Amino acid sequence: MATLISSNRSRGIKNSLAKWLITLGGISVLFTLVLIFMYLLYVVKPIFESAKIEQAVNINIDSTSNEKVLGSGVDELKELAYQITAAGNIDFYHLKASDPKADNQFTVGDNSLSTSLFVSDDFNEEQVIKVVNSFSQNKLLHTTKGKTLLIQPSFYATYANDTREIIPQVNYPLGQESLIIDEQQIPLSQLAFAIDDERIVFVGFTEDKRLIKTSFIAEDDFSSSNGDDVGYETIFQQIEIFDDVIDGNIDEIKVTPDLSLAFIRSASTVYVYSLNDDEEVSLKATIRPILDNENTYLTSMGLLSGSSSVLLGDSSGRVSQWFEVATDDGRQFKQIRSFKADNDQASSDNVEYDNKSQLSNAITAIYTEQYRKSFYTMTRSGMVNAFYTTSAAHLWQGQLTSTQPETFAIAPRANGLIVIVNDPLDVHKKSLQVFSVHNEHPEVTWQALWQEVWYEGYPEPDYVWQSTSGSDDFEGKFSLVPISFGTIKAALYAMLFAVPIALTAAIYTAYFMTPGLRKKVKPTIEMMEALPTVILGFLAGLWLAPIMEEYLPAIFLLFIFLPLATLITAFSWHKLPNQLKEKLPETLAPILLIPVIILATYVAFSLSPVLEDSLFNGDMRQYLTNDLGIDFDQRNALVVGIAMGFAVIPTIFSMAEDAIFSVPGHLTSGSLALGATQWQTLIGVVLLTASPGIFSAIMMGLGRAVGETMIVLMATGNTPILDWSIFQGMRTLAANIAVEMPESEVGSSHYRILFLAAFVLFIFTFIFNTAAEFVRQRLREKYSSM
Amino acid sequence: MNKWFRSGSPWIWLSAGGVSISLISVLGLLWLIASRGLSYFWPSELYQFDLTDQHGAKSVVIGEVYDREQIPVSQLAHLNLALDPEQEILERLLIKTGNRELVSLDFRWLLSHNIKKTQTPKELAVVERRTNGNFYGFIESVVVDGNEVDKNKLPELLTRVDNFQDQIDDLQKSDIGAINYQLERLRLKTRKYQLQDKLTTELQVEIDSEIAALNQDYAILEKELMGYREQISRDHIVMRAMDGQLVTINFEYILKVTFNNQLNTLEKTALFFSHIGSFLIEDPREANTEGGVFPAIFGTVLMVLLMTVIVSPFGVIAAIYLHEYAGKNAFTKLLRIAVINLAGVPSIVYGVFGLGFFVYMVGGSLDQLFYSENLPSPTFGTPGVLWSALTLAILTLPVVIVSTEEGLSRIPSEMRYGSLALGATKAETLWRIILPIASPAIMTGIILAIARAAGEVAPLMLVGVVKMAPNLPLDGNFPFLHLDRKFMHLGFHIYDVGFQSPNVEAARPLVFATALLLVSIIVALNMTAVSIRNKLRERYKMLEH
Repeated sequence: MATLISSNRSRGIKNSLAKWLITLGGISVLFTLVLIFMYLLYVVKPIFESAKIEQAVNINIDSTSNEKVLGSGVDELKELAYQITAAGNIDFYHLKASDPKADNQFTVGDNSLSTSLFVSDDFNEEQVIKVVNSFSQNKLLHTTKGKTLLIQPSFYATYANDTREIIPQVNYPLGQESLIIDEQQIPLSQLAFAIDDERIVFVGFTEDKRLIKTSFIAEDDFSSSNGDDVGYETIFQQIEIFDDVIDGNIDEIKVTPDLSLAFIRSASTVYVYSLNDDEEVSLKATIRPILDNENTYLTSMGLLSGSSSVLLGDSSGRVSQWFEVATDDGRQFKQIRSFKADNDQASSDNVEYDNKSQLSNAITAIYTEQYRKSFYTMTRSGMVNAFYTTSAAHLWQGQLTSTQPETFAIAPRANGLIVIVNDPLDVHKKSLQVFSVHNEHPEVTWQALWQEVWYEGYPEPDYVWQSTSGSDDFEGKFSLVPISFGTIKAALYAMLFAVPIALTAAIYTAYFMTPGLRKKVKPTIEMMEALPTVILGFLAGLWLAPIMEEYLPAIFLLFIFLPLATLITAFSWHKLPNQLKEKLPETLAPILLIPVIILATYVAFSLSPVLEDSLFNGDMRQYLTNDLGIDFDQRNALVVGIAMGFAVIPTIFSMAEDAIFSVPGHLTSGSLALGATQWQTLIGVVLLTASPGIFSAIMMGLGRAVGETMIVLMATGNTPILDWSIFQGMRTLAANIAVEMPESEVGSSHYRILFLAAFVLFIFTFIFNTAAEFVRQRLREKYSSM
Repeated sequence: MNKWFRSGSPWIWLSAGGVSISLISVLGLLWLIASRGLSYFWPSELYQFDLTDQHGAKSVVIGEVYDREQIPVSQLAHLNLALDPEQEILERLLIKTGNRELVSLDFRWLLSHNIKKTQTPKELAVVERRTNGNFYGFIESVVVDGNEVDKNKLPELLTRVDNFQDQIDDLQKSDIGAINYQLERLRLKTRKYQLQDKLTTELQVEIDSEIAALNQDYAILEKELMGYREQISRDHIVMRAMDGQLVTINFEYILKVTFNNQLNTLEKTALFFSHIGSFLIEDPREANTEGGVFPAIFGTVLMVLLMTVIVSPFGVIAAIYLHEYAGKNAFTKLLRIAVINLAGVPSIVYGVFGLGFFVYMVGGSLDQLFYSENLPSPTFGTPGVLWSALTLAILTLPVVIVSTEEGLSRIPSEMRYGSLALGATKAETLWRIILPIASPAIMTGIILAIARAAGEVAPLMLVGVVKMAPNLPLDGNFPFLHLDRKFMHLGFHIYDVGFQSPNVEAARPLVFATALLLVSIIVALNMTAVSIRNKLRERYKMLEH
């Protein structure tokens, strides 16, 4: 008895254990779907997050000498920051650990290392008045007496005692002596430069109002030398200043990093000079931006990375982006877009026009990132705004410091800002502040993904998908419009081809076919669903596409020939004597039609060359391109439509056939009994009842066509173009993922956008499938109630 | 006529046309793949064409006829052929001429108009080679160790080289491969100790001595290998190509020499089957465009088996839950929608999910935890066969669920009630009564899942398939099954060879052959599944009465 009870208990435990386990297994299906959804969302989410800027480090600098700070910077890993002072010192500050490390080259201060940059006797007791930055790490110091020094603060890592340590170092790419930039050695009030392996170009404006250009041309290579004895040839040139320059004054100079253009701003006009020719400097263009009103004027200028765009900031707080655009009159600088912080507190608070408050919005400086098309603006009131040009995104707005900082620099990886600011209360106190910037995907916004974007070098705004290119300063162009369009185009052409065939086949099989034949026909057609799409794609791309190109007229003939041949056969069968009719009953129609269709196809193909000869001058393809101006790709929408159509036919056929077949028999019997013909019953009763099922079959087919990868990948040229033409290819979301995913860098914007593409596909098919399933469940209930 | 139209008969015929078109396309597709695929293996006639072109220049072309095409004369007007004005259509032949070292393209179009004489010389031979593809020509002489010998000795010499080649392959793959694998393991071991700060001098010495021993073995094997190499490169044959050039081909590179024009049908059939055999068991050559597809077959089978192991229990349990346990409520409806959606989500989305979640997230974490000595080169944090199997398991889950559930729903409820009434618990009823009866349905589901997985390519391109895997995921080195390895796949092989290879024209027959193989596997699997299902249905029908 006891054993029985205990065995009963163990059976009970087993039973409930099994129940739990099975329930868990059932729920895991739902869990899987939710997991996929959530994971895709998790990867996609960061691209839509706005930028975050937070203070990371604040170092108080005791500056008893009240020395001006002219430049600042930080290493790539944000471990060491530095400042360059007017006395020509460079001070390094540890941002991570608090204990300073000694190095022979530097005198050890409190948590900092400091050294004078002036090694040579050339610079005796001089004051630096200017530190000029370039897109590389090089900086140019210019002194009160007009002497110039090129320095390059650099950092290297050592692994002493198994801990990594960043050691600062100052390089002098052109030696430690002063460089001669102006032949007459007069101090420069404005100076800009750019450097590459072979040349350095300086453009300056002297205190006696001459605009000069000086080029150093390396004897072999600037990058290979370490500064000791660099041989170079100097070319001095003077640039003519135009009469319309007010007082002959120049306010700002910028040189593009590729050494090709100089932008020279005088008041509200910008002159663009071409520097490509070592012998002669020529004026290329003049930019006169249209400003809000006559009280507005330009206040600053910045160059965007990539050497083509210039940014102009004005006194109202607006920044405009300009680049060269190919127009009918040659290449011209055009204003592409403008940026303005939306909530201008100053102007909205004061209803009355207030000149002073307008000035507080004036942009005093534009700082651009080294690799991306982002920039920061600083207003007179110390407000910082961050923008991304291409996506026209306003990324961030805020006050980093209470007053305008003395210096402002962007970390090399654009993940930090280094600001040196004077304490407004105590003139002897300064602080070095480092802000961490979380802004990994500024180029992606909802608008940039789905609306036209004007990219640098393009004549007009456009939808472009171009994720990679050979060159380094390439900007990824991520518009989902062309590939979504391609997806819809491919699916649509496939449906145009598949729906008529699949539905007619389903109707006939379910309603007219004898059970014996149906038993054979249905699995045969459904067999097609099992065919790997890679095989369909391969046949479409390598077998069908060349045939269709050669026999293009035949393909169009078939659309007429096949129905015609069918009707003729039907009519001649109708006219057959009854005896023969009995031997060949109408129920054998699909079999009877097979040879007819094959024959019609053969005739169409053999007529094709004749037709080409007589109608299209021998070659329809040439005729299309030359006479009609329609571009023709060998792997085009027609090929995809047919190939993907074949992939979709079994899906639609199978479900539609089920829906029609399961229409309750008494409905049809009733209709037939009332005298309706077979066809009338079909149209009026059967199809009407089964229409939700047919609808859900088409939905399922569409879902399959949208997500199909291999066929499109192999049967089109995969060019992301926006064109409905049946003779052109397309690129679809799915094929795009298959092509680009293996090459995209994990975590990059490109990677996340590909996930977004997958997410869009997921949602797309989720909606189709759920709708189809709902309709089917309703239909099933309806049938069972009949 | 009008009456005929009103009767609806023409529309019925038109809808019958839909069935006919579907049937023609299915059967036509299968026929196309089968004929093209099989003709790849059939030893074709070798031709010698004597040509005179429109300028009167004479030449000789030797090769296989690859394709024939009818083209209208008007398209050739620019060639200024001296043609009969009545003639409208010309025939053009695509000839595979091989001999890649002599001509840049191994295919050539010939106009039938230019062909003055067509012969099929008996002595014409085709030499299959390890590199540079086929060579077509006449054997001038066979040279053994510097001395010319009789041509009849050729088969004997080929067998000799074959034996050596087998030994070389053995050495390279198993013995030397094993040594390299051991060396790599020792390197990782050292690194692991270093990372854990456990590397003592004793351990170091021990490892060093092991390495030294392995290197010694390696030196011996290498010497043996060099010996075999010398042996196989001893002899060569001299061939005369179509333009009269003499070409020396070393036995080292020769796979097979056949005189197709001397073969009778029986011999051709034998050769045909031997070609199929070597296609199935050999490794690919020449960037996959020649040779066999064995690694792809192996990779596909292994991946699919792994997937089956993962998907079957989950699918069956989920189906049992849906049919036996789930109540008629909103949650069950939600679950059914989840199943339908899992079936409907595009396969590439699974690939993306697999890459992000399995490879980078799960695999990356596994690497951090267990394979840190290997970093930064990833072990599981990179696409591989395990992740492919997992991804496809999710993809095929609904197939198993739907099929199993269908089987369960066909079991009459009386059987359940009977069992329960006799005192069995629900779990016991399931295990003893329901599952055994439903097992053919489960089998059907699994077979369908296998068929689906074997043909799926898109997600695999992201989670583990490669064009050329140096090692199979299963070999003689511990732990034998390497789940982290990448693998080759038949479907991807088709895509890769057909679209990514440099010489698509030459590779096309091979692609058709691979396609035929894949299609036959999948069609066979599906037919088995369908026949099991049909038998099952009959059986249930009997149970009901």
